[in-house]
Amino acid sequence: MRRDWKFYAQLGLTIVLCLFIVVPVVMSALAGVTVNVFKGLSSGLTLRWVFEVWDLYAQSILLSLGIAMACLVVTLLAGVPLAYVLVRRPSRMMRLFEELLTLPVAIPGLALALALLITYGGVSGYRSSWLFILTGHVLFTLPFMVRSVAAVMAAMDMKMLEEGAASLGAGFWRRFFGVIVPNAKPGILAGALMVVTLSIGEFNLTWMLHTPLTKTLPVGLADAYASMRLEIGSAYTLIFFVLIMPLLIAMQALADRGKRASRRIDTAEDTL
Amino acid sequence: MSSVEHIKEGRSRPSFPWALSSLIGQGTPGAGSPAILALLMLPGLIIVAAFFIIPMALVAMRVADGPDGLATYFVILTHDRYLASLIQTLVMSGGVTVTALVLCGICGLFLVRNRFAGRNVITALLTLPLSFPGTVVGFMVIMLAGRQGVIGSVTDALWGEKIVFAYEITGLFVGYLYFSIPRVILAVMASAEKLDPQLEEAARSLGAPTWRVVRDVILPGLMPGLVSSGAICFATAMGAFGTAFTLATDIDVLPMVIYTEFTRNANIAVAAALSIALGAMTWAVLAAVRVFVGNGATSGTGGGA
Repeated sequence: MRRDWKFYAQLGLTIVLCLFIVVPVVMSALAGVTVNVFKGLSSGLTLRWVFEVWDLYAQSILLSLGIAMACLVVTLLAGVPLAYVLVRRPSRMMRLFEELLTLPVAIPGLALALALLITYGGVSGYRSSWLFILTGHVLFTLPFMVRSVAAVMAAMDMKMLEEGAASLGAGFWRRFFGVIVPNAKPGILAGALMVVTLSIGEFNLTWMLHTPLTKTLPVGLADAYASMRLEIGSAYTLIFFVLIMPLLIAMQALADRGKRASRRIDTAEDTL
Repeated sequence: MSSVEHIKEGRSRPSFPWALSSLIGQGTPGAGSPAILALLMLPGLIIVAAFFIIPMALVAMRVADGPDGLATYFVILTHDRYLASLIQTLVMSGGVTVTALVLCGICGLFLVRNRFAGRNVITALLTLPLSFPGTVVGFMVIMLAGRQGVIGSVTDALWGEKIVFAYEITGLFVGYLYFSIPRVILAVMASAEKLDPQLEEAARSLGAPTWRVVRDVILPGLMPGLVSSGAICFATAMGAFGTAFTLATDIDVLPMVIYTEFTRNANIAVAAALSIALGAMTWAVLAAVRVFVGNGATSGTGGGA
């Protein structure tokens, strides 16, 4: 291919865009391990800030991980069967329901949180517990689980699989757990990664739903950005990156494998 | 699948949630009975009903308690302050969307069409912020254009003047661009891979100049990806809250206005009316695109800055 000025102009733009994305990430990661940001890297490297963040915000970080796990359990229990019904019995009512289910993703988290506060804000035991935040996270992540699982279920020949199993005498639950669920595993896995990633990073809803005793990781982040020195905010961001990166890499790997295994299942769009 | 001790035929099970099973209708061979299907749906149905439909209905009712009664619904259009905020939010979101589409359109197409060393690394880096929450995106903007930011330091060294624009609407614009680039670039690359190079060659061999090839061949092919990812950009920029919150609380975009009405002024009716208006707008944009491009187009809404 001939490489003219157009090639280099496009390459230049791409590199500029890339720098725009990467430079702040690198800067913030470095700031998190620098002794004094105002003096620059020459002041030396330290893990002091990371430990300080842990002292200050360990509770928030652990709460976030706990909520993410609980959210995963709820979305699995509610989402996988739901995806099955949506794929197996498509009808106009079902499509309407799917639309309703997906609405919490489309409308701003702030509006959703407001609705939850107005409705359940008076139930004191519930409002002040982490379950209140979990509710918001489940609403927001359930559609992702359902879509991810439904995409895989729609692509497999469920009818044939099920009729085969039924003709061998397997009852419904046996077919569901022995045939359907194992076959939908790639979708379930992709949905699970998505749910955990989204839950760990959720802020729009959580900021409105949290109480001083139920701060999650991103709430703590906002707090650190607003009231702590730059190094602490950066170190906290670094911890977040370290937490989220394995999830992202796993998602990417899963999407790549899915693409290679079957061109029909376009999971990349759903998972990423 | 060797030993099946008890053969449970799903169809003969008692139908437990009656109303639900009639909703689902007759079962097909192989699938569970309507009762079982209804049972499978039940957890999801309860979640959606109790924590979404009922709260939303209550919010809609609360609006009427406002100072203007039912007219509170239209407060976004009738009050200058809210209208100004709506216009500012719309203009900014539109600007972010167009900028992201143009930049990612060029770069995405370039990355798909050319093979060179470092291409995969560049693609991976460009999609890095895919799951950053809005607060982190805001912090990235501060790193870039804040008081200790790169841009400030560079301009300080060059001209002795620190350029800082993180804590205003420009910073928010940059933040949403940062958030949108990974999404749009993935969508563009996915559509660009499906383009047929033969169509372009045919157009060229018929003597079409480059701009016509782009306008008549490449753009229509990329359109579904551009429209759906553009809609996600727009909807996110309209409704996002975390980035604005991190940068400054006095940026007058709609989500910030709702937040201040609710928390500082305890003006619940107005906050509810504004939320409903905002939610209706973002939903309408996404729904319109789904009708336009087909289902599944807006599935990657993930995150929310």
